[in-house]
Amino acid sequence: MTKPLNNRAWFFVLPVFAIVAFSAILPLMTVVNYSVQDTFGNNQFFWNGIGWFQELLDPSSQLGEQFLSSLMRTLLFSAIILLIEVPLGIAVALSMPREGWTVALCLVLMAIPLLIPWNVVGTIWQVFARGDIGLLGWVVNRLGIDYNYTGDPIDAWVTIIVMDVWHWTSLVALLCYAGLKSIPDAYYQAARIDGASRWAVFSTIQLPKMRRVLLIAVLLRFMDSFMIYTEPFVLTGGGPGNATTFLSIDLVKLALGQFDLGKAAAMSLVYNLIILAICWVFYTVMTNVDAERERIEA
Amino acid sequence: MARITLDHLAHAYKANPRTAEDYALKEINHVWSQGGAYALLGPSGCGKTTLLNIISGLVRPTRGRVLFDDLDVTDLSTEARNIAQVFQFPVVYDTMTVRENLAFPLKNRNVSRERTARRVEEIASLLDLTRVLDRKASNLTADMKQKISLGRGLVRPDVAAILFDEPLTVIDPHLKWQLRSTLKEIHRALDITMIYVTHDQTEALTFADKVVVMHDGAVVQTGTPDELFERPAHTFVGHFIGSPGMNILPCRVEGATAFVGTSLISLRRTYRTLSDGERIELGIRPEFVRLQPKGAGLPVQIRRIDDIGRARIARVEMSGRPLAASIPDGISIEGNEASLVLDPNHVHIYANGHLVAGEATGGHAA
Repeated sequence: MTKPLNNRAWFFVLPVFAIVAFSAILPLMTVVNYSVQDTFGNNQFFWNGIGWFQELLDPSSQLGEQFLSSLMRTLLFSAIILLIEVPLGIAVALSMPREGWTVALCLVLMAIPLLIPWNVVGTIWQVFARGDIGLLGWVVNRLGIDYNYTGDPIDAWVTIIVMDVWHWTSLVALLCYAGLKSIPDAYYQAARIDGASRWAVFSTIQLPKMRRVLLIAVLLRFMDSFMIYTEPFVLTGGGPGNATTFLSIDLVKLALGQFDLGKAAAMSLVYNLIILAICWVFYTVMTNVDAERERIEA
Repeated sequence: MARITLDHLAHAYKANPRTAEDYALKEINHVWSQGGAYALLGPSGCGKTTLLNIISGLVRPTRGRVLFDDLDVTDLSTEARNIAQVFQFPVVYDTMTVRENLAFPLKNRNVSRERTARRVEEIASLLDLTRVLDRKASNLTADMKQKISLGRGLVRPDVAAILFDEPLTVIDPHLKWQLRSTLKEIHRALDITMIYVTHDQTEALTFADKVVVMHDGAVVQTGTPDELFERPAHTFVGHFIGSPGMNILPCRVEGATAFVGTSLISLRRTYRTLSDGERIELGIRPEFVRLQPKGAGLPVQIRRIDDIGRARIARVEMSGRPLAASIPDGISIEGNEASLVLDPNHVHIYANGHLVAGEATGGHAA
């Protein structure tokens, strides 16, 4: 049987294309345009070919070195964030109540960090972690630990990571909780009858049933942490030195601080491609595990 | 293997139950003997799943005790009881193969590898699962999955009873029959007590040696399928079992005569103990009510005739009351007027819903 073809469908699709083109593709093309040119102000542009890209990807040049170190910092940050927030989110979801009025209370409490504007989160932690007037910083210092996030790179990293964990773990927890809620009671009852241990229940029922929401959680947390800008910008401004200068902060410094439009455009394109590539790898690996299983079964 | 005794068992989901209405399960005393095939039959919400969960230990009863043989297991956890349960929706462990699924309960109980492997093979061949043993359990059909759930129960050699909670709900009709006969075969082969919860009378009557009928949180009758059909102890049983169900007619009884509206029905037994305040009803199954051309017998009006395949059922009205009657083969009725002949051996009298025994009237004792 052949499906009837109806070209009228294009009339419905074309407006969407037009809007997407106007809002996404055109600006992106402007960036592509900048990335192959150099400017000295006065709206004068000179053709530079793939020069910026060559410089960017050559670690021996100044730009390349700067880019590589920011990229490494960002990758390290994302890795740490995923390693902490995913297991912690699962643990929180598992310990949340399954029914009763406490469910609503938990959900509301957990949603609060997600509702706070990002620069406010940065400001909250900037004050909270200060050694002189911030509650956290003051207490830590009184405990005899020398802590100063504006002076010590390790302290700055710890502060940003704790802030991000505080801000975003609830997202992972809420997604996992939704996954857990969809498991019928019969599974838990059957597991009890089969004499399964708590660990066996987790590894044979809960984790497999949460796999799909975990894929979404990992993707979201990776993308967000890889593109993080506002909170560290407010908290540390990329310092001390360049210790917390992530790719996004570097990019803004280059584009708006130094007004190096060509370099910044090349960098944002590479940045964009890295995110796309890593997400694609995550997605393919995690969905392939599914497909692989189904192929073996068939 | 065990006899299961329910001793003054009652359960309320509310805290501090006071009136009978608060109880989801009203007091019940019952013994499930070792090796029996029982069905727990009743409409949705009558407390049968609650009762099942109490036996398996998923729910702790408010009052009373559960005994396996002479051991009080009321406070024992599900894991500690030797019980298996098959649920309405098939439960399989998605990440495991069929073999691993079947081995799971034994692995959790630290049974040696060789014994587990041997036992899994045995059960798999019994359930006809051998050829799928190495496939993942998640992509099998619902009836296969249900067999795996059942297999996980059977694989434990010490299991005292297997409880089924409406296990065929999600199974395709043509496979239901197959799976039910598999269950029967296993029951015969293994001598295990089986308790089968269902709201489907066909399932209950074909599966069980003994059927326990529940209504509104209480057991209304326990008996063989024949007993439930021949002598329903409660109007609910009469109505719920059989299709169509028993005819229940409000009446007045004087000695050995019942008055239904203006019609007079003579009875085989004498009822002297009925008091005025009680709701008296006469019950007779459509199978024992024969429709005949107008003449001798009770005059009725025909409303509709249903052909249900193996028989024809007439929906009639007698003195304004609806009634179902069977039409004997080879009889054709002209017009709307007809007569009914009731088999007096199968007329029962109920007071407030409960069967009244009555006394034998000289020589006619049924």
